[in-house]
Amino acid sequence: MSSPRDTVRDAWDLLGQVPDPELPTVSVVDLGIAREVAVDGQRVVVTITPTYSGCPAMREIEHDVRAALAGRFAVVEVRIVLSPPWTTDWITPQGRARLTRSGIAPPGVRLLPLLTGDRPAACPRCGSATVEELSGFGSTACKALWRCLACREPFDYVKAH
Amino acid sequence: MGDHEVEALLRVADSCLVLAQRLTGWCGHAPALEEDIALANVALDVLGQARGLLTRAGELEAAGRDEDALAYLRDAPDFRNLLLVEQPNGDFAHTMLRQFLFDAWAVELWPELASSTDPVIAGIAGKAAKEAAYHLRHSAGWVERLGDGTDESHRRMLASLEDLWPYAGEAFLDDDVDRAAAEAGLAPLPSSLLAGWRARVEAVLTESTLPVPPDPWWQRGGRQGRHTEQLTRLLAEMQVVHRAYPGARW
Repeated sequence: MSSPRDTVRDAWDLLGQVPDPELPTVSVVDLGIAREVAVDGQRVVVTITPTYSGCPAMREIEHDVRAALAGRFAVVEVRIVLSPPWTTDWITPQGRARLTRSGIAPPGVRLLPLLTGDRPAACPRCGSATVEELSGFGSTACKALWRCLACREPFDYVKAH
Repeated sequence: MGDHEVEALLRVADSCLVLAQRLTGWCGHAPALEEDIALANVALDVLGQARGLLTRAGELEAAGRDEDALAYLRDAPDFRNLLLVEQPNGDFAHTMLRQFLFDAWAVELWPELASSTDPVIAGIAGKAAKEAAYHLRHSAGWVERLGDGTDESHRRMLASLEDLWPYAGEAFLDDDVDRAAAEAGLAPLPSSLLAGWRARVEAVLTESTLPVPPDPWWQRGGRQGRHTEQLTRLLAEMQVVHRAYPGARW
């Protein structure tokens, strides 16, 4: 018979194996999308939060979370909450390391708000800090396209948000 | 929840929805791949904002309409969007200036809506505020680059400004609906956003070597359901599949 604390840990472990559909090198836990887990007997309630308002992956994430927990819990409930709004500050240290290893720069330094924006700390490939923005928008809502002026490689950057 | 509050919510929701539809028209047509992707990304954010607000409007209305019913099964006179966003895309300068005038309004509006007495609206607005700030950075950058660019880009930006400016002020005109929503703490009074919008728009236009036009008689009526003929055409395209196959599922 496992204790309630164990079952909560089980749920988090299972969630840690659910990859983000658009950034599959990191899990929904790494990204801070999975916010809360509550277990009551054989029933688990997972609270998730969307990254951007129009994130098209939200439904898929909900489906994947459900599928991952279905083998362990009889009833899986997924709640979507908007507030407090997701921020890249919730990406875990492990998530940041995993992003970098797959060639995606994790959120970097925030400059003054609005018109100035933010920038990656370093090129995820060679580590050089001499990088420049190619486009403020990238292949997904959460990324921008940058390039390294040292190794000349372009790379994705998860915008500080 | 009174009709006035639902109505006030639709004014924001429909403005986002119609703009998203306009921006989607650029998909595959933008002057560079990066801008194609950028416009699609902005459209996606704005569409997400619209979906959240439409869903909430449907809940508050309590007449059984969900986001799809509100988006696809209303006719032009039932839409409450700003006239600005239904204006055709024109060239890239025209689209970017329209976006800038909208974004400069959105960055004033969302932080206020984030303290709405309705917690669902506040949640949607809290996310949208961050997105709008990023969109503004992009659109303001293009207004500056094109305004202060070549003779040709300056000429096009100037023509767009003449065309769009009369539609820019509608967002700040109060009526009874707005006053009721403000009194209920649901949304800010439109006129309260004007000073911040004006300061930002004037600064960017000046930086772009573009003139700040004098205030005209602001074109109005979109927020009350009186639209230009442009909206009817836009809706015909946006709604055709849903109306041709009612209740269809993937």
